[in-house]
Amino acid sequence: MHSVSVKNLTLKFGSAEVLKNLNLDVEEGEFIVLLGPSGCGKSTLLNCLAGLLELSEGQIHIKGKNVTWAEPSERGIGMVFQSYALYPQMTVRGNMSFGLKIAGLPKAEIAKRVERASEILQIGPLLDRKPGALSGGQRQRVAIGRALVREVDVFLFDEPLSNLDAKLRSELRVELKRLHNRLKNTMIYVTHDQIEALTLADRIAIMRGGIIQQLDAPQTIYNRPANLFVAGFIGSPAMNFIKGATVDGGKRFTFGDVSLDLAGYEGGAILDRPKAIIGLRPEHLTMVDAAIPGHTIPAVVEIDEPMGADSLVWLLAEGRQMSVRVPVEHRPAPGKLVHLRVDIAKASLFDETNELRI
Amino acid sequence: MSNTSPSVVPSGAKPKPFITPQRVLVYTVLTICAVFFLFPLYIMIITSLKNIQEIQSGNIFIPTMTPTLDAWEKAWNSACTGLYCEGVKVGFWNSIKITVPSTIVSIIVASLTGYSMANWPFKFSEVFFTILLLSSFIPYVVMIYPLVIITRELGIYSTLPAVVLVHTIFGLPLLTLLFRNYFASLPQELFKAARVDGAGYWQIFFQVFAPMSVPIFTVAVILQVTGIWNDFLFGVIYAGPTNYPMTVQLNNIVNSAQGGKAYNVDMAATILTGLVPLAIYFFSGKYFVRGIAAGAVKG
Repeated sequence: MHSVSVKNLTLKFGSAEVLKNLNLDVEEGEFIVLLGPSGCGKSTLLNCLAGLLELSEGQIHIKGKNVTWAEPSERGIGMVFQSYALYPQMTVRGNMSFGLKIAGLPKAEIAKRVERASEILQIGPLLDRKPGALSGGQRQRVAIGRALVREVDVFLFDEPLSNLDAKLRSELRVELKRLHNRLKNTMIYVTHDQIEALTLADRIAIMRGGIIQQLDAPQTIYNRPANLFVAGFIGSPAMNFIKGATVDGGKRFTFGDVSLDLAGYEGGAILDRPKAIIGLRPEHLTMVDAAIPGHTIPAVVEIDEPMGADSLVWLLAEGRQMSVRVPVEHRPAPGKLVHLRVDIAKASLFDETNELRI
Repeated sequence: MSNTSPSVVPSGAKPKPFITPQRVLVYTVLTICAVFFLFPLYIMIITSLKNIQEIQSGNIFIPTMTPTLDAWEKAWNSACTGLYCEGVKVGFWNSIKITVPSTIVSIIVASLTGYSMANWPFKFSEVFFTILLLSSFIPYVVMIYPLVIITRELGIYSTLPAVVLVHTIFGLPLLTLLFRNYFASLPQELFKAARVDGAGYWQIFFQVFAPMSVPIFTVAVILQVTGIWNDFLFGVIYAGPTNYPMTVQLNNIVNSAQGGKAYNVDMAATILTGLVPLAIYFFSGKYFVRGIAAGAVKG
């Protein structure tokens, strides 16, 4: 039995299809991240799961029960919002117990649950304060607490960290992961931040235009992007794309005067494709002094951007801009001719016509 | 600046001269406006404190040496409106009886309608909103006669319920607009969070939204109380002589000629009539501005 199961979900606003025949199965206790650029439908999907938006077609099952027509409160979900959405006139305790009071739980039970949640989230000292007197990080903890006290199977997070500053975001990210390890609930988490996605997720669903482009473990998404969009979206700095062609029965990739040996490429049958794209991540390229035929790309150093731990070097290869991540002590001088060694086992090849990985 | 002595080293906040042409202009305009509104009030107050001989002797701008509250007492208790000589106090209580229910009913209905429109969109809710918007621009006068017939058919013409009903109806378009815009400006995620918490239509309204909406309720109360209190037309048409509001009574006092004109009584009665809206503005001006800014502009 899946924890959450979305079946052929379609959502239309007027004539615009926001979600298109979408299917998604989430296992018990899994941490799924819905990742994508703005307007890809990820928040819309989450709102559908919560019951805050009505589907046009399809079904939603939670814990094996068809909840397509159920009210949000009947679905066994808790939700955390980007803007925290705390009730401003209630204390922290009031915020956390509001839903339980409405559900008609006995007072002792409410107190017990609030107690437990505030202990987990370490917000005990804040219980009698109003949200206005809390910092952003504290507010988001309270919002998580409000979901926690519901003692539900599925947590929905709608960009919960996007309103926080960078330092708090990374702190709360770790806390969320700890929370998931402790509670083992199913969590569905929407974000546009790929670091959050890569660090938190058991599986990432990358969305674009209301369609899930790829649903896989973070490492698979990173190393084996299913198509050009996923490859470009995941990874910062972005993957280098070079347009060229595969020749010699798929044994070589050529562009300009460069020819790369494709032996060792992990993927499908390469074949001869007149229009192909090779994708190379900046960290999978190494700078060497001497050319190795079939394995290096000659390039001229343009500028470099030191980032503390390492340095991002921008180069021109055959008139194309490329970036390489190098240890900071190996920063080359601008104008220098270097050779970029390609690790073909970590490269991705795409067919330019359908943009899919080969 | 060229005329600054070289010994002054620019440091910290730049010194600004107290009198600048802009300030002079602003204060002049403000003073003129203040005088324009305060001067008549001044004359009314000093006249109401004089006795009738002092008034007849002229010197309208000069305050009396022997102030008396006789005129106020007379205005409140025994000034004559045609046949009856019971002062404006009858009108005062009538006005209260009209204003309180009209204000309460119209605010309840308008806040619920506005809340529904903003948060529970129904089929054609936008169409209704447009109709409402347009209807708040239709002059009242067009609807007077139809409403006379409607209240007559309802059997309530010339009674208190009739005038309350009319005030409630005419308050609705603007108030609904105000409430809809205010509720639409509240964060949508709050509404969603309350729904996930299991709160329904009424619980969200009373427990989540209403406590956040004190400013807009204040604005609505001020608009309705002052509007209804100051109303003359509906009072004279729908209320019937026994229920005439204070404004109508005031008019009758001022216009009923019995011997010489008692200007001091007229002035006192007028001030008494204007006191309620004045007091409301005085004590809630802060909320009024805050609420208007929150509801109308952000919508």
